[in-house]
Amino acid sequence: MHRYFGRKSLIYLLTFIVAVTLNWLIPRFMPGDPVLRMLTRSSVSNPESLAPMREYYENVFGLDVPLWQQYLNYWSELLQGNMGISVWLFPAPVTGVILKAVPYTLALLIPSILLSWVAGNKVGALAARRKWLDNTVLPLGYVLTATPYMWLGILLAWSLGIVMGIFPIAGGYSFALRPSFTVGFIANAFTHWFLPFLSLFLVAFGGWAIGMRNLIIYELEADYANYLEALGTPRKLIRRYAFRNAMLPQLTGLALQLGVLVAGALVTEIVFAYPGLGYLILQAIQNQDFFLLQGVFLFIVIGVLLANFIIDIIYVLVDPRTRTGLQGGTA
Amino acid sequence: MGLRVENLRVYYRTMRGDVKALDGATFEVADGEIMGLAGESGCGKSTLSKSLIRLDSRMKLVAGSVELDGKMLPLTDHEAMNKYRFAEVSLIPQYAMSALNPTRKIGKMIAELVRSRGFSYRVLLPELERRLALVGLSPDVLNNYPIELSGGMKQRTVMVLSTLLDPSLLIADEVTSALDVSTQRAVAETLVQFRDRGFVKSMIVVTHDLSLVYQIADTIMVMYAGKLAEKAPADKVVKEPRHPYTRLLISSLPEVGVRYAERRLVGIPGRPPGLLDPPSGCRFRDRCPLAFDKCAEEPPFVEVERGHEVACWKAM
Ligand SMILES: Nc1ncnc2c1ncn2[C@@H]1O[C@H](COP(=O)(O)OP(=O)(O)OP(=O)(O)O)[C@@H](O)[C@H]1O
Ligand code: SF4
Ligand SMILES: [Mg+2]
Repeated sequence: MHRYFGRKSLIYLLTFIVAVTLNWLIPRFMPGDPVLRMLTRSSVSNPESLAPMREYYENVFGLDVPLWQQYLNYWSELLQGNMGISVWLFPAPVTGVILKAVPYTLALLIPSILLSWVAGNKVGALAARRKWLDNTVLPLGYVLTATPYMWLGILLAWSLGIVMGIFPIAGGYSFALRPSFTVGFIANAFTHWFLPFLSLFLVAFGGWAIGMRNLIIYELEADYANYLEALGTPRKLIRRYAFRNAMLPQLTGLALQLGVLVAGALVTEIVFAYPGLGYLILQAIQNQDFFLLQGVFLFIVIGVLLANFIIDIIYVLVDPRTRTGLQGGTA
Repeated sequence: MGLRVENLRVYYRTMRGDVKALDGATFEVADGEIMGLAGESGCGKSTLSKSLIRLDSRMKLVAGSVELDGKMLPLTDHEAMNKYRFAEVSLIPQYAMSALNPTRKIGKMIAELVRSRGFSYRVLLPELERRLALVGLSPDVLNNYPIELSGGMKQRTVMVLSTLLDPSLLIADEVTSALDVSTQRAVAETLVQFRDRGFVKSMIVVTHDLSLVYQIADTIMVMYAGKLAEKAPADKVVKEPRHPYTRLLISSLPEVGVRYAERRLVGIPGRPPGLLDPPSGCRFRDRCPLAFDKCAEEPPFVEVERGHEVACWKAM
């Protein structure tokens, strides 16, 4: 068991190092010069002052040393939680900008992932034994999973936001308000949160429900279920076993889907101009803010790795087969 | 009292019509009797044995009745039948290797199973451990997950579990076909031992391996194309078979120890008829070397001497 987690941790560590390196490499080999952009933005007219200003900016962004030094610096800064200076919101540090956006993204992601997973599994399992539910859940589920996040987001914004006017369709809170821990602000933030959450929830929900329904049907046909039926076991117990066993692939599915869900959240944030990481990515790209882009990507990578690691641990705890596989079964 | 099956007909519903997989079976299995059930692949052995314990959703009971120890089994009523399963009629499945829930410890699964049937695990536990010891398993297996046991251990665990409530009738469908020869012998001997110790009263052992079943069975029943062909004491079936099909089966067995299934093409030319629309008259007619005019009529399954029943015009 310890060896297993040791090996797993090593894999995660390697993935992390590769991700950081790629993350550092890509903007540096992308077309476009962030410093030049800053200079044009500040519209320096005097060509003589251009050179010292370029020097100043390169120094600020750490671009005035050889590449290998930049790479090492990047790591050491990173380990201190420093991801550089934002170009877009100059001179705000990237870390601060990201930390302000992260709560919004997490507030969308965590409830939508967990609730859609739990509700999808429950409804899928019910559908596997009720004909009428099956006839509604199955087509609905297929339509929902096949819907692109952006599409559903736009549809919801249009129907519930514009036509019915129940929910606001943009932003994390009304512009008139300042973020604070007051009832008024939280209620306001909730109404802004609801539509992006709902579109994320619905798309993911459809996928989980269909998956669970199919898995349960498969489990109920399994040999152990047949044997229990032949021994006159009440259906209730057999269904409980089937549900539990079907949860395991669903857990793996959750780990696999995590990246897709995060990507969905980013797109949804853009649709609703929701001030999370997705929205930051859009701004960073529009402003050629490589440092911010790097920072956001890195943050997402770390988040996904961490979540995967947690799911890995849960999986080992709930599936005895992996555990015995780790110890080597007795023949 | 034993088992009495009357004119049992069970068909499979398919898109193209009913497959008449079991077309009128009448026989008895006495208390203490181990009956071997043999016949070519597809002749309806599994259909018969499944019918006695659980009809699956594709199976349709067309006619007939089954009486066990004087009580009618409510074959078509899934819930009512539950009361008899495990306690009165039990089964050792062919898939014993995968018959246990892979994510439950064996002891816990058994506890949940017997409790769900209204029995006390605590009361049954000492007997369970005693019987595990009898088949050479330590009580520790109850703390294991199925994946931690070898195939043979799983098979023995399932045998003990299936017979834990001392059922009157045990059905063992192809329990040995997935095993190597030495394990096959051990399993066969365990079955006999279970009967001798009174864990089960009577048994139906379905098999492809006539030579193996000959060693443990008191009687052997041979099926052909959904019908009963012959039933008699094991010795009689092997040494003095009356039905032409049984004779061909036996003669294609060059010596004890060779499975007839692998050699049947040598011994019996032709193939059994399809059961979607079986021919009238004797179903063996096309392949029977003794067929004559009368065989266009269906031969009844009748006793030709004490304890020896045959369905063939020539045998009467
Ligand atoms: N689900 C099904 N639907 C339609 N026909 C079926 C079904 N199951 C079995 N049959 C048919 O019923 C007949 C009897 O099948 P059964 O499984 O009882 O044979 P068997 O004697 O057990 O054969 P084997 O020795 O291969 O196990 C066969 O002709 C088979 O094709
Ligand atoms: S009844 Fe006729 S066809 Fe059938 S087995 Fe006897 S002799 Fe052969
Ligand atoms: Mg069979």
